[in-house]
Amino acid sequence: MNNSVTNTARLLGASLRALLVLTVLTGVIYPLAVTGVAQALFTNKANGSEIKADGRVVGSSLIGQQGYGLKYFQPRPANGLGVNSVNTQYKLVLSGATNLSADSKVLLKQVEDAKAKVVKDNSVPGYAVKPSDIPADAVTSSGSGLDPAISPQYAGLQVHRVAARNGLSVAAVEKLVKDHTEGRTLGFIGEPQVNVLELNIALKDLVAEQ
Amino acid sequence: MGPVLAGVLQLLALIGALALVYVPVGGYMARVYSSDRHLRVEKWIYKAIGANPDAEMTWPAYLRGVLAFSAVGVLFLYLLQRLQGILPGSLGFSSVDPAQSFNTAVSFVTNTNWQSYYGEQTMGHVVQTAGLAVQNFVSAAVGMAVAVALVRGFARSRTGELGNFWSDLVRGTLRILVPGAVVAAVILVACGAIQNFSGIHEVGQFVGGSQQWNGGAVASQEAIKELGTNGGGYFNANSAHPFENPTPFTNLFEIFLILVIPFSLTRTFGLMVGSVKQGYAILATMFTIWLGFVALMMWTEFAHRGPALQAAGGAMEGKEVRFGIGGSSIFAVSTTLTSTGAVDSFHSSFTGLGGGITMLGMMLGEIAPGGTGSGLYGMLIMAVIAVFIAGLMVGRTPEYLGKKIGAREMKLAAAYILVTPALVLVFSAASMALPTPPHSMLNPGAHGFSEVLYAFTSASNNNGSAFAGLNANTDWYNTMTGLAMLFGRFLPMVFVLALAGSLAGQKPVPVTAGTLRTEKPLFTGLLVGAILIITGLTYFPALALGPLAEGLA
Repeated sequence: MNNSVTNTARLLGASLRALLVLTVLTGVIYPLAVTGVAQALFTNKANGSEIKADGRVVGSSLIGQQGYGLKYFQPRPANGLGVNSVNTQYKLVLSGATNLSADSKVLLKQVEDAKAKVVKDNSVPGYAVKPSDIPADAVTSSGSGLDPAISPQYAGLQVHRVAARNGLSVAAVEKLVKDHTEGRTLGFIGEPQVNVLELNIALKDLVAEQ
Repeated sequence: MGPVLAGVLQLLALIGALALVYVPVGGYMARVYSSDRHLRVEKWIYKAIGANPDAEMTWPAYLRGVLAFSAVGVLFLYLLQRLQGILPGSLGFSSVDPAQSFNTAVSFVTNTNWQSYYGEQTMGHVVQTAGLAVQNFVSAAVGMAVAVALVRGFARSRTGELGNFWSDLVRGTLRILVPGAVVAAVILVACGAIQNFSGIHEVGQFVGGSQQWNGGAVASQEAIKELGTNGGGYFNANSAHPFENPTPFTNLFEIFLILVIPFSLTRTFGLMVGSVKQGYAILATMFTIWLGFVALMMWTEFAHRGPALQAAGGAMEGKEVRFGIGGSSIFAVSTTLTSTGAVDSFHSSFTGLGGGITMLGMMLGEIAPGGTGSGLYGMLIMAVIAVFIAGLMVGRTPEYLGKKIGAREMKLAAAYILVTPALVLVFSAASMALPTPPHSMLNPGAHGFSEVLYAFTSASNNNGSAFAGLNANTDWYNTMTGLAMLFGRFLPMVFVLALAGSLAGQKPVPVTAGTLRTEKPLFTGLLVGAILIITGLTYFPALALGPLAEGLA
């Protein structure tokens, strides 16, 4: 009995020492080494791909933002985003999805409302949006709630409104969207996308030039 | 090019990349676990541990090592969270409450990485890097160690010796996981994943004002999270978060990281038992199931059945534009057919059948290709059972890889495959029967039941993904999923190591004309059939109440 207690204690001691050594290696040296390399080689990316406009940081090219006025291109809905409920000395954005199911009445209503809003917002004199033209990404929330991109179809659908509200020609705004459309990586990886923040920065610049 | 074709091409590119590294990675891992030589740093580590890496262990000794190391891991991680409030480098975050700390500690030590917490508001730098990320490495290394011990059981004869746990643990971490993770992390940063210690800081917004964002050692954690089939996200949105998975390429790359070790381990297995063809047969079984599941998932997601998805015109709810439906489908299948549980899109908003596919993937026992190590040993257990069934059909004593599958071996294999279904079904039933646990469901009806079934399937199989609408941060779910994870991880390991010991003690049976040729396609077919039938019979009633009811409505 005494023997087995001693053996167990010895084994637990060995386990603890193993854990501590491996913690130093994988929990201290590894992340610090990767951080060192990352900061040296890819400073901007390692720090969140922040982008500046008019001399101030206006966000990250990777993180979608909400709250653009109708002068600007609209992002995807983000009904799954939250705010923090603990450590409330900070005001943090909690990434997340709605997790509503395909047969959820709540989700169905969100989609229908979003669809009606896209039609209403984007139909301008001489250009009527048909509900069947609206791509799925325009009326659904993304997985992170921070999707930085919209599909080229959704961007294209907003062109007339954006042109009208900014006093620009439709052709000029169409060109802007085209310039900011990123195709699939190597032609087949992922889906074509338009980065909303970058597009809106370019739009603002274009308006300022006029 | 349409999205379906692009999805298929991504799948082919992924398969090509996995095929390219199969021989070198599988061979390298076989050398790591077979080599007599110790690196200098390893010798130093063994000295610090106070263990002799050359001392062979019998199965009880090996098991004691696994259990002691894991128990210390749970305690350490628990205390780290409980003390977070007074630890420096923790962003001033408060300590995590006891039930959630227990759940999270168990979750990461068991390679589950179920998360009942929101990463960005709960865990500071110290817990993330020195606690959670460490278990990402060592829990994966423990899984590989147990798998290698079982392989040695098949490969060795007339001995009870299965190798040395400390040596397998340290080598798996140092020689396989750390180098792989370093390379992967740098690639992820190069594509935009963040890697800094800037903590919470203000970032300006386009419309004016600012937001508070988390900085952190994300890329280094993301790399081992996928490579070690862990799955615990730095952020709540996991691999859907652009800082964890910034581009279409990183999405495909992360799927590759998830699959590379589990698939390549079949080569390691083949080399160690002296017949790479035996490894190919296991690989073919894993690959067939995985590919079939991906095809089904793409079909149902592109078809987007379900009222809300029909209204939207596509199954984009919970999915990111940059990955699309094709990339998200491949990720979802790969994460649930392994023990990963990372998500780049939210399974709860998949079509009813799509959600069912993710659940069924876990219910198969995560063996196609399964978690790092746990996939291989789970699949070998199924192979033992398939051999036994074949033996019954022809009235011959079954044997596998030159070892007799007798009463003792079958009892251990049967016990192994009964553990997780028992945990899943009992805990799910209890959660539905008791008055308060159902309150955690977000969606009503069949989908609500699926949320609970998914939670216990995920926990018991050490997956960690979720139908995340379920509010799992309650005492009931924190405690019960915690227990499910513990039992679901370590009871099977007991049976695997006992089986390994029993096999290693046997003398080999010579191959005769009557031996079932387990390296042939016929056996692969038998094995796929056995897996699907056993799982189907076990779970069909529960699946019928949840995802099937929703998907066929």
